[in-house]
Amino acid sequence: MATQTVSMDARARAQDRRVMWREARRNGWAYLFISPFYLLYAVFGIFPVLYGLWLSFHKWDGISPMQWNGAQNYLKLLTDDIWWYTIYNTIWLFFGATVPQLCLALLLAFIINSSYIRGKDFFRAAYFMPIVCSAVAVSLIFGSMFGERYGMLNFALSAVGIPPIDWLGSAAWLKPSIAMVTVWQWTGYSMIIFLAGLQAINLELYEAARVDGARTRDVFWHITMPLLRPVILFQVILSIIGAMQTFDLPVMLAGGTQSSAPGGTDRAGLVAAVLLYWTAFKYTEFGYAAAMSFVLFFLIITFSYTYNRFQGRSPTE
Amino acid sequence: MATTVQSRPRSGGGRDRLAGPFGMAVLYAVLAGGALLTAFPFYYMLVTSTHRTSEILRIPPPMWFGAALQQNYLELLDALPFWASFWNSVAIAAVHTVLVLLFCSLGGYGFAKFRFPGRDALFAFLLATLMVPGFLGLIPVFIVFRQLGWIDTWLPLIIPGIANAFGIFWMRQYIESSVPAELMDAARIDGAHEVRIYWNVIVPVIVPALAALAILTFIGKWNDFLLPLLILKEEEKYTLPVALSTLRSLRGSEIGVQILGATGAIMPILVVFISASRQFISGITAGAVKGV
Repeated sequence: MATQTVSMDARARAQDRRVMWREARRNGWAYLFISPFYLLYAVFGIFPVLYGLWLSFHKWDGISPMQWNGAQNYLKLLTDDIWWYTIYNTIWLFFGATVPQLCLALLLAFIINSSYIRGKDFFRAAYFMPIVCSAVAVSLIFGSMFGERYGMLNFALSAVGIPPIDWLGSAAWLKPSIAMVTVWQWTGYSMIIFLAGLQAINLELYEAARVDGARTRDVFWHITMPLLRPVILFQVILSIIGAMQTFDLPVMLAGGTQSSAPGGTDRAGLVAAVLLYWTAFKYTEFGYAAAMSFVLFFLIITFSYTYNRFQGRSPTE
Repeated sequence: MATTVQSRPRSGGGRDRLAGPFGMAVLYAVLAGGALLTAFPFYYMLVTSTHRTSEILRIPPPMWFGAALQQNYLELLDALPFWASFWNSVAIAAVHTVLVLLFCSLGGYGFAKFRFPGRDALFAFLLATLMVPGFLGLIPVFIVFRQLGWIDTWLPLIIPGIANAFGIFWMRQYIESSVPAELMDAARIDGAHEVRIYWNVIVPVIVPALAALAILTFIGKWNDFLLPLLILKEEEKYTLPVALSTLRSLRGSEIGVQILGATGAIMPILVVFISASRQFISGITAGAVKGV
């Protein structure tokens, strides 16, 4: 095979191209069937991203002509305290909401996957309910439960002697409140993914380990975790991408979309996507907001890559 | 298979027995406690939507249904065009879903059952787009919509995602594993047209996959918030989440009215989910587990 390839002359290559074209023509229908995705993605995916990159080097209010201003937007961002505070808030929420949510989901998935637990379908469906709900509707419900003087949560806490907390009105508690709602809404989703990963593990591997006399702890660390690692990696990276652009819950819990002070008290709930939205569509600084989106993208890639490097190394093998 | 079934009682440990009888009780308590915490806000929602603010702000707060449902309902209709928004959301989600089913099944079919030059590279590109965060093109795509004259119309909500990477991937996985090639060959020998083969041979076999994708797509579109918020200007075109987002900023509005509005957005979807949770969950997990 290798010698054939090496000795292949130009005529054979031309012959190959002819075969390829014939194959392509013969499969014309297939190209037609898959083409809508590429056409739509070119118009609503690739073009906007490239145009956004171009835009990020301009000053533009969306109406008057664009003004080239080089890297000014990016330089301004580097020293924009509000921007870096929103990045801090976003990362805070990643560690305060996404990480606990993933850990909790993993724990629940292990428990439900255990062969002695009954009612798997029931628990799966029950934990999954919050994710099908509109974040706007959810924030209305929690907005009421988080009420300072008469909210359900403070009432429950008063039963164990904890004084009322101003959940959504104080800078100190706004982020923890957003984190709690996020954990409530997303744990079931991650759990379902982890559970599917656990159930895809071949049962015979467990049996073989048992026959060899392995203990539960060994089975967990040497079979379950290594085999689940790709699923965890995939889910964590998707969670990083999701957490860095979270919008619905923070914007609604921190005062809504018509608020004149985005992010609530002292901007404690201002996350990157919300500031981006305000900068572009309320302050009409389109170029500056476009620069924000590319910096955010760069941060997402950095975090995902770092995590990938960190997680990619196996601790057991 | 047989060995697995046999060995479970014998080994006593099954595949991964976590604990003894007492431990099992603890595990059940953890699971049930978590399920209760998950379900409580739904119960609170239903109870609170039947009370007036004066009753809700009482210590202790009401834990059982009240009598103010009708009054809250009438005030909700005063506060926002609830049913117009509701049917807007239904129409947008339904049209979008039908188009997604058509274009994603065609795309999935193309990738699953044809061998054509460039197929693997095109498919790898499609999968790679799943990793590109949506906000990256948000501002310029808004400008694209403006150039197209699509602002304040439903087109930006319906059209761009109809042939999406997840849907095509999901349909390809299903078609590849469940549609035998002989079925198509037989139809081709009979001289059937490619469009006919898709419609008469492929579609009937992939109904379960279409159902799962339909539920996923409908719920996602129903809850969509950022894009309709950006695009829709006139109140009579609002989707339900956009209409609801105006409720919080109405000063002094009744809590029960707000919560009833939330109930109107959540309950229809919850009913759909509970009646089809199996397909829904299989749809969610397919991408994550088979994808890696």
